[in-house]
Order: sequence, then structure tokens, then C-alpha cells
Amino acid sequence: MSTPKKVFTKGNEAIAMAAINAGCHYYFGYPITPQNEIPEYMAMHLPAVGGEFLQAESEIASINMLLGAAATGVRAMTSSSGPGISLMQEGFSYFAGNELPAVVVNMSRQGPGLGGINATQGDYFQSVKGGGHGDYKLIVLAPHTGQELYDLTIKAFELAEKYRILTLVLGDAILGQIKEPIVPWIPEKTSGDADRDWLITGAKGREPRRITSLFLADGAMEKHNWHLQEKYDRIERDDVMVEEVDTEDAELVVVAFGSVARIVKSSIAQVREKGMKVGLVRPITLFPFPRKTLLELGGRAKNFLVAEMNTGQMVEDVKLSLPDGCSVEFYGRPGGSVPTPEDLFDVISETYKKL
Amino acid sequence: MKQVFKRPESMTDKPFHFCPGCHHGIVHRLVAEALDHFDVREKTVGVASVGCSVFLYDYFAVDVIEAPHGRASAVAAGTKRVLNDHVVFTYQGDGDLAAIGTAEVIHAANRGDNITVIFVNNSIYGMTGGQMAPTTLLGQKSTTSPYGRDCRRDGYPIKMTEMLAALEGPSLVSRVAVNTPSNVKKARKVIRQAFQMQIEGKGFSFVEVLSTCPTNWGMTPQAANDRIAEEMIPYFPLGTLKQKDVIDVL
Ligand SMILES: Cc1ncc(C[n+]2csc(CCOP(=O)(O)OP(=O)(O)O)c2C)c(N)n1
Ligand code: SF4
Ligand SMILES: [Mg+2]
Repeated sequence: MSTPKKVFTKGNEAIAMAAINAGCHYYFGYPITPQNEIPEYMAMHLPAVGGEFLQAESEIASINMLLGAAATGVRAMTSSSGPGISLMQEGFSYFAGNELPAVVVNMSRQGPGLGGINATQGDYFQSVKGGGHGDYKLIVLAPHTGQELYDLTIKAFELAEKYRILTLVLGDAILGQIKEPIVPWIPEKTSGDADRDWLITGAKGREPRRITSLFLADGAMEKHNWHLQEKYDRIERDDVMVEEVDTEDAELVVVAFGSVARIVKSSIAQVREKGMKVGLVRPITLFPFPRKTLLELGGRAKNFLVAEMNTGQMVEDVKLSLPDGCSVEFYGRPGGSVPTPEDLFDVISETYKKL
Repeated sequence: MKQVFKRPESMTDKPFHFCPGCHHGIVHRLVAEALDHFDVREKTVGVASVGCSVFLYDYFAVDVIEAPHGRASAVAAGTKRVLNDHVVFTYQGDGDLAAIGTAEVIHAANRGDNITVIFVNNSIYGMTGGQMAPTTLLGQKSTTSPYGRDCRRDGYPIKMTEMLAALEGPSLVSRVAVNTPSNVKKARKVIRQAFQMQIEGKGFSFVEVLSTCPTNWGMTPQAANDRIAEEMIPYFPLGTLKQKDVIDVL
């Protein structure tokens, strides 16, 4: 095999490239910064693979077009940022109720309101705790490099199909805009199984099918919700992804995801040079959250520091996951500011010195 | 003995849940007849809306996707992009299409999405219990216009057919009624034409059907039927406002 070829590309383009290579031939979307390279790449490249790009009149339309396409079983996606993702929340809830697979990318930007177009992690709650109505979950993937944007986009399609679920790739303005070398690859499987028994394909030689989230019969709604819950439990059991760096001997464990985790990695390298035993836990799946990893780690390392680009969201899940007796410090920067490796170096070393 | 009348193949044998005198059942049947006529039942996808017609899948023997309230045209647009050799239709009420889903239908029409939209205008929100719709007539009482619709507060009843006919995208835009046998015949023909447009790839076709809601109008089926001719048709005139013969290509 020849050496895989590297390409130098923006994060947003890495996602679009990965999606097409994963067999995603349908894209619906509405322009919003900082993710416009995704629709632009799709508009340019989908025709060549026989796919279709459609610019919707709003994100409400995008998510519903996606719903109509997903019901046929093809790989399809949309992408947006803050305000657009908010508009899609009703659709997310219908995807959950209907159990339809698709991929949505949120290259999040600062809020609330129109906010700003730079990086933030303020959409953590919206992504993992719902946002739409009802008792549901999305799978939420949090890449932290260009390569991972590529890899996790492919993974997102696989997970969406495996569980008939909406999978959200949660990035931010830094990840979407940063240009770096990545190695593109093509997965073995680039489409779902054609014989899935729920696909809407026209009732040719079989009973008609329906995609519905309406359950009015006695007990039917409760049964459906238990069914969904059982699925979410399976996802938590089988598909948690988490990266641990230098945690074996760590006396202080930093927990961070996405861009912040990437910055923390540099800071940890610096504090390690100074002899401080600090490690990192980086949740790659935000749902399912790596609760077990933290529970086990909390048995030996007792001190944790959660760093986020918000005023404290994932920290709640970290606290809920850790065993009693752990201390959890929080360092947060709200939308509008990005911590530098030096900022985090200072925070980490100060926290460490107080242990 | 020759059978002269039977249930269309595209319908199931499930009895309608609609109230006595409701026109939804007639409209369902006309749509099913059109699907039978073109023998497309097995390659049809219906998109149900949220309203009294949400149970489309109980009555049509076709694959059905239930759309969120107002979003049927967008859902259908997505489905049709994938299944472009299939017949995709939406069936939407006036609250669904002319209030919460106005943007979706206008843009589907404007893009000329090759789908068929059946728009059932009964000048009321049927399913939620008789609230004012964008099509509620001036002076008409509803549970949220208890003193009658007042144009100074609520504006005027919206004419979707006229609005959509002004766009370049649609291939057929028409308003029909099913209040008399002769109107049913005309409606049957227009609904069939609408599906023909789609099958021939001519783009977005739209049929507004004036419809009764005896329950929420507080009328007997007979009085409700009479109201179509006396009050609805004068404000919402019947007829085909737009019909394309050829497809516009770039
Ligand atoms: C987002 C949202 N808002 C409101 C509703 C409640 N709702 C259900 S049906 C309906 C109106 C239906 O009226 P129409 O479309 O005219 O259909 P009809 O029942 O008259 O045939 C409303 C407001 C909903 N389901 N979803
Ligand atoms: S409430 Fe009105 S629209 Fe609904 S089924 Fe009854 S008569 Fe028909
Ligand atoms: Mg109505």
C-alpha cells in the first residue's frame, strides 16, 4: 500500500470531505458562520458523486428535509451553528421519536442570542441534555483536531445507522477554521444496510410502512419511551469513547473536551516538565459520557479540574460521575474568550500546588 | 355481475375517524383514486401533517412519513430528492400549511420541487378544537376569535392559491371544492392532473380543497356543506390559476 496522502485543509472542509467519503450524498443547509465551508464544499463536490446539495430556506427546513431523506435510509446530513442549531431542536426531537439516523454538525459559536462568531463550548447542555422536547438523547461527538473531525464524521454516520439515532458532531469556530494536515481515508462501508425493515421506499410487494412519533394507544407512548431508553442504555454500555493522557500516576486530572482539551494537552506537557503529575481525561463522546472512566479514576486520583469555554456545563456531569471524596475545581471562560496554553498552565499549576 | 364501485387499491379498509359531514374523507378518497389511476401506489410516499389528517397512514396503503407541524413540504422535498422516481405528496391543513408552515410551502413551490401538495382548507384548526386559522373568514367565530375574526386585529383570510400562483416554480395551482357532486368531479380531475404533473416531472403541483369542519363550525353536516357555497367559495373562488405545459429548463 502506498503511504496515505496528507492534505492540508480547514476543519470544516475535513468534515465535508469525510462525509462524502462516507457515502453521504445528500446535504441540506442554510448559511451561517463559522461553518459555511461545509455547505460550500458540498455544493461544489456532491454533483460529481451523483448526490444533491440543497440550500434550504431556514434551518427549520434543513432539518426537516434531512428527516425526509433519512427516512429513505440514505446517508444525509446538515450543519449549522448556534442560532441555526436552536431552530433545529424541534426536528431533533422528531428524529428521536421517529428513530431516524442522520448526522448534524454544530460548529458552535458564542451565544446567547446572535452572540459572536468565535469559539465557545456554550452549547454543551443543549447538545447532551436535550434542547428539544421530550425524554431523548443524541449521540454527541466532540473532536479536537482536524484529523479527528474527519474520523468522527465517518464514525457519526456509522453510529447513527447502528442505533437509528441522530448523531451530532460538536465542534467550534476554532476547529472549523483551523487549517492542518489530515489523512483522508475511505471506510469499508459507505451506506446503510438496504434491507432495514423500516425504510420508506414505496410499498412495493410489501405492507406499507410508516414513520411516526405519535403514540396515542393505551400504554404505547410509555412503551416507546422505554424502548428508547433501552437503546440509550446500550449506547452508554457499548459506545463510549474517551482519551486518557498521563492519568496513570496523575495526582491532578484535568477534564476537558474539544478545542480546550487540545490546549490543555500543551499545558500538561509544560507542567509535566516542571515535575507536576497531571493527566487529562478527554471525553470524545459527550453522550454517552465516560462516567465509568471517571468513576474508576476517581478511586485513585482524588483531584480534578474541569476546564471549559463556558461558565460551567460539563463540570456537572464530571461531578455526577466521580465517587464521593473527590474534589472538583472548575476553570471556565465564557463565549468571547479563548484560554491560551499559558493561561491553562497557570491554572493547572496553581491548582496542583494547592493539593 | 360487474363491479362498478369499489374502494381504491390505494386505500386501506380502516373506517375513517373523521366526524360526520367532514370533507377530509372525500379528499382522501380522491387522492387515492388518483394514485390508482396512475398505478403508482407501490412507489408513492405520503407525507402526513399535524391536524385531523395526521392518521394518513391508517387510510392510505402507501408508505407514509409523519412530518412535524407545518414541515410536510420540507420533509417531502427531502424525500423526493432521494426517491426522485417516486410519487411524493403532502396532505396539509390550513393551520399546518398557511400558518406555521407558510415558509416551507412557499419555498417548495418556488423551487418547483416535484411534489404534490394537497391543501385542505376548512377555515379552522380542526384537531386542536376550533381555534382561528389564517383562513378563518372575517366575522367567523372560533374559540380564539369568540367575537368573530376582526381584520384590524387578525388581518384577512389568507389566499394561498393566489399567492402560490404568483410564483414561477409551480406547474399547477388550483382551488377546488367537494361540496356538490359536480364539484367532486372537478376536484377529482384537478387532483389527478396535479399527480400527472409530478409524474411527468413538471414540478410542484398544488390543490387547495375547500373543506367542512361541522364539529368546530358548530353546524350540522348539511349546514356546513351549504356554508362552502355560501361563504367560502365567494371569498376563495374556485379554479385553476396556473398550469404549465412545458418544463422550464435553464
Ligand atoms: C409546533 C406545534 N404547534 C402546535 C401544535 C398543535 N396543533 C396540532 S394540529 C394544529 C392545527 C391543525 O389545524 P389544521 O392544519 O387546519 O388541520 P385540521 O385539523 O383543521 O385539518 C395545531 C395548532 C403542534 N402539534 N405543533
Ligand atoms: S374536527 Fe373538523 S376537520 Fe377534524 S375530523 Fe372533525 S369535522 Fe373533520
Ligand atoms: Mg384546518
